[in-house]
Amino acid sequence: MTSRRVAVAALLGALGLLAAGCTPGSDNTAAPPPTDRAVQTDIAALGPVTLTVWDQEVRGGQNEQMERLNAAFQQQYPNITIKRDSRSFDDLATTLRLALSGNDAPDVVQANNGRADMGAFVAAGELLPLGPWARAYGWDQRYPDSVSQYVSYSPDGKVFGEGEMYGLPQVGEVVGIYYNPAELQRLGVAVPTTWEQFEAALAAVKAAGTTPIALGNVEGWPALHVFGTVQDQLVPADQITDLAFGRKGASWTTPENTQAAQRVAEWARAGYFTEGVNGIDDNQAWQAFARGEAAFLIGGSWYAADLEAAMGQNVRFMPPPPPAGLPVSATGGTGLPFAITSASDAPDAAAAYLDFITSSDAMQVLTETGNLPVVDTAAQTPPAGLSRDVFAAFAAVADGGRLLPYLDYATPTMGDTMGAALQDLLSGAQPPEAALSKVEADYAAFVEKNG
Amino acid sequence: MADTLVAEPATTAPARRGRLGPSPWHALAYVAPALVVYATFVLYPLGRAVHLSLFEWDGLTLATFVGLGNYVEVLTDADLRAAFGHTLVLIVFFALLPTAIGLVLAALLTRARLRGLPFFRTVVFLPQVVAMVVVGVAWRQLYAPDGSVNDLLSLVGLGGVARAWLGDPTFALPAVGVIGTWVQTGLVTLLLMAGISRIPDQLYEAARLDGAGPVREFFAITLPSVRAELAVALTLTVIAALKTFDLIYITTGGGPGNRTSVPSYEVYNRAFRLGEVGSAAAVGVTLTVIIFVINLAVAWIGERR
Repeated sequence: MTSRRVAVAALLGALGLLAAGCTPGSDNTAAPPPTDRAVQTDIAALGPVTLTVWDQEVRGGQNEQMERLNAAFQQQYPNITIKRDSRSFDDLATTLRLALSGNDAPDVVQANNGRADMGAFVAAGELLPLGPWARAYGWDQRYPDSVSQYVSYSPDGKVFGEGEMYGLPQVGEVVGIYYNPAELQRLGVAVPTTWEQFEAALAAVKAAGTTPIALGNVEGWPALHVFGTVQDQLVPADQITDLAFGRKGASWTTPENTQAAQRVAEWARAGYFTEGVNGIDDNQAWQAFARGEAAFLIGGSWYAADLEAAMGQNVRFMPPPPPAGLPVSATGGTGLPFAITSASDAPDAAAAYLDFITSSDAMQVLTETGNLPVVDTAAQTPPAGLSRDVFAAFAAVADGGRLLPYLDYATPTMGDTMGAALQDLLSGAQPPEAALSKVEADYAAFVEKNG
Repeated sequence: MADTLVAEPATTAPARRGRLGPSPWHALAYVAPALVVYATFVLYPLGRAVHLSLFEWDGLTLATFVGLGNYVEVLTDADLRAAFGHTLVLIVFFALLPTAIGLVLAALLTRARLRGLPFFRTVVFLPQVVAMVVVGVAWRQLYAPDGSVNDLLSLVGLGGVARAWLGDPTFALPAVGVIGTWVQTGLVTLLLMAGISRIPDQLYEAARLDGAGPVREFFAITLPSVRAELAVALTLTVIAALKTFDLIYITTGGGPGNRTSVPSYEVYNRAFRLGEVGSAAAVGVTLTVIIFVINLAVAWIGERR
């Protein structure tokens, strides 16, 4: 009896400790980091500093530019040692949240722009607003508004697209259409220059017995880019921007959005996508395109290096051809921006690092290693081949057209919600209206809570 | 073992305490090391999960206390309810089917006295040895639109039913289930073979003298004799069905739509990807309670004679 009583007492004691142990997150409620502070740009005067940097630049050219820039930075500032920790996009996303709230947070991290990542970190005060350094280093001049909106939040994290800069991106991204010129020629289909021609080309390729668009959608996100590309042609740009930044006053159930969803569903019904689209993954899809098993691949500039390696001269890239009379519009923006954590004990050294890896010299290194620099793009001489197409497409969309944000930026859960809804749309399990109403529910719930 | 022997007098005969054996504090001292480890790594995290499940928390900012709100969500949210529903389907594939197949296989393998028995036993058990991630990757290849499953179907003239199995709204969940059947059958077979080999041969001889055929033998002797093994096999496989995470993570990621999402996957997804830590904890606690109850039920049925 007594030992049982002791056990019960111990258990109650433990529960009591738990209850008294504070509300989750309460050790994290310090005032948000100040948006104004004195900054030090004389890095040599800082003494020995170790900068821990978490990035996701793991692929060939991405890794190469990072290594080159890190080496050059340490050569210029011998008192700074960079401790680089590099992991894949998915691994970084799942570990960053824990790392930032821990005691031993890295100094510089690459955090995805959207509300699920950067937005949440800003709201929690985990990232430093870059305003003071932006003024000292002239970053506000370096980045045009069309780019800096992707890394700007209000200090409470509620407004996305304006406010303070919280990160600096290195590379640009644009979603467009890869095509196989030899295959198109074999089928007697001309390279489309308008949206109407593109849709006619899809029908012609299908009629000739070839798969028009390679798409593998186990992951859910690849279809977001296809839907976004269609939506960009059919829906007014300001509607898409409001939806993607999670701003009040927009809706997913407008006639224009419904039309875009219906169009994607029609394409799926007509067999324009790889057969069994939800049962194969993204890698299988682009590899099938590389083997010449499909005429088109709708996807981001990030495929360019792999496709060129696999296909050589036999692949081209273009921004989505616009409907007659409209400006060219494409989904895109920046690669993952680099941000400074508020736990960093050397924010000035971190800022100097950010400045260094996004300078015009760095943009040249990015070009040489096959990446698409986010600024000064026009000033670069891209290597011949597919890169030249990608540079031209980005310049055309960013300068003369409309660069529209990724749809999953909108809410912390939007990537998941849209991924599932689009899988249902593609398989025909749900009609366009039902799929959109699920997306609208996610958006509306977030907008209402965000206030 | 020694711990329980010492603890016994203290808990069952309090009246005689003091005259018989050492004080309960001695007992506690004996179990303390184990208890400390257990409390640190199991009880505390469990309590912490229950605690977290009462909050709405994104893992970063200050949490909001919502009481049982997250549990209400488990019951009312259509996606979460569906996730728990999917595990019921998986139990059929992970537990019931392997048990049925395992019984037949075990009876055949032990009674048939065929040569090369160790070889067959190894083959049947092999899926258990392979890491689940490897199993998932391999089956993903098999289920691919141009994979072996579809090749086989076309070969026998069933090309019409060929499809991307893991991307099909209707067949994705059963397709994942079949992988579970493939994995669990070996474990169940081996357990039951151990049970069957302990049945005295005289019983079978007696049955045969009474004129029983192999089928009658099976139901009259084999099945009742392996009751305990069946309980163990069901417990293990039902838990495996409820805990399925790696298989879903590798093969479908919960898709297409949310048609293969399961509670364990939701725990991961909500905690690490969506930033809904409280909701994830509530799903985890609910899952723990369900597993506990099912285990109690299976154990109770297994021990009832």
